[in-house]
Amino acid sequence: MRARVHVFLKPGVLDVQGKAVESALHGLGWGGVSDVRVGKTLEFDLAGVEPAAAEAEVRRMCETLLANTVIESYRIELS
Amino acid sequence: MKAAVIVFPGSNCDRDCKVAVERSTGAAVDMVWHTETALPQSLDLIVLPGGFSYGDYLRCGAMAALSPVMAEVRRAAGRGVAVVGICNGFQVLCESGLLPGALLRNAALKYVCKPVELEIVRPDTRFTRAFGSRRKAVMTVGNGEGAFFADADTLSRIEGEGQVVFRYADNPNGSLNDIAGLINGAGNVLGLMPHPDRSFEPELGSADGALLFQSLLETA
Repeated sequence: MRARVHVFLKPGVLDVQGKAVESALHGLGWGGVSDVRVGKTLEFDLAGVEPAAAEAEVRRMCETLLANTVIESYRIELS
Repeated sequence: MKAAVIVFPGSNCDRDCKVAVERSTGAAVDMVWHTETALPQSLDLIVLPGGFSYGDYLRCGAMAALSPVMAEVRRAAGRGVAVVGICNGFQVLCESGLLPGALLRNAALKYVCKPVELEIVRPDTRFTRAFGSRRKAVMTVGNGEGAFFADADTLSRIEGEGQVVFRYADNPNGSLNDIAGLINGAGNVLGLMPHPDRSFEPELGSADGALLFQSLLETA
C-alpha cells in the first residue's frame, strides 16, 4: 500500500512562504492568484498493516511525527 | 553545579554552551550525545543548544525531540532539573511538548542575526534572578524560524500564568506578543530564541547571558 500525506500550515497560521510565492506570481502577471499555501507531501510504502487499519496507523504517524498539530494540519491518501 | 549539554547531529552551539556555562558559573559541563539513554548523575542543568539538529529535516527540532536522550531529558525535567533550550533547543522543547507553542519561519522570511534588546518580564525565575533589579538585557539572536506561535487559547493561558520570561523590545521575527523566551508551568524549563551563549562576556558585545547561567547557581 502506498500512503501519501499532505501537510500544510493551518488556515489561521500565517504562511510567509505562501505570501512570498503569491507576490511573485502577482509580479509575473497572475493577478488572480490569492491565498497561496506552501506545504509538503510525504509518500511511503506501508506493509504489514491491514487496509482497514492503515488510515488509523498513518494518522498516528502524523500525530507523532509527520505533522506538528500546533501549527499544521494533514490529509492522508491511501492507494 | 553540574551541567550537561546535549549534542545532536547538526548542533553547532554545543561547544559555545559548554564554554559559556563553564566560564559563567565554574560548573563542570559534560557533553552528552543524542543516542545516550542515561544522563550524568545529579545534574543541576541541562542545555539544549542551538544549531540545525538533524539538518532541520521535516521541521526544526522535530527529529531531535524524538531522539533517545530526550526521554531522559523529559524525565529529568519531570524531577525538577533545570532545562534551558536555546534557539534550536527552544524548537526542540516545543516539539517535544515540554513547552507550549511552536516556532515559525520569520515574518520577513530572512535569517536574522543581530544583538537584540530584551525586556525581562519575569525577573523572579530561577533563570533570571541574577539580573537583580534590571529589567533590560541584550543578547544575540540568530534564527530563520524564530517566530513564536501558539493558538489564541494557549497564548492567553501562557500570558495568564506568567510564563513569558523575555520579550523583544523590537520584535525581529514576528513572534506573537513579542515573545522571546518562555518558561513551563513548573518553572524549571526555559526556552528562548536569543543566545545567552553568544552574549556571556563583554568582548562578545554583551555579558548578560552570563547572568542567566549564574541565576542557576543560587539554587545549585
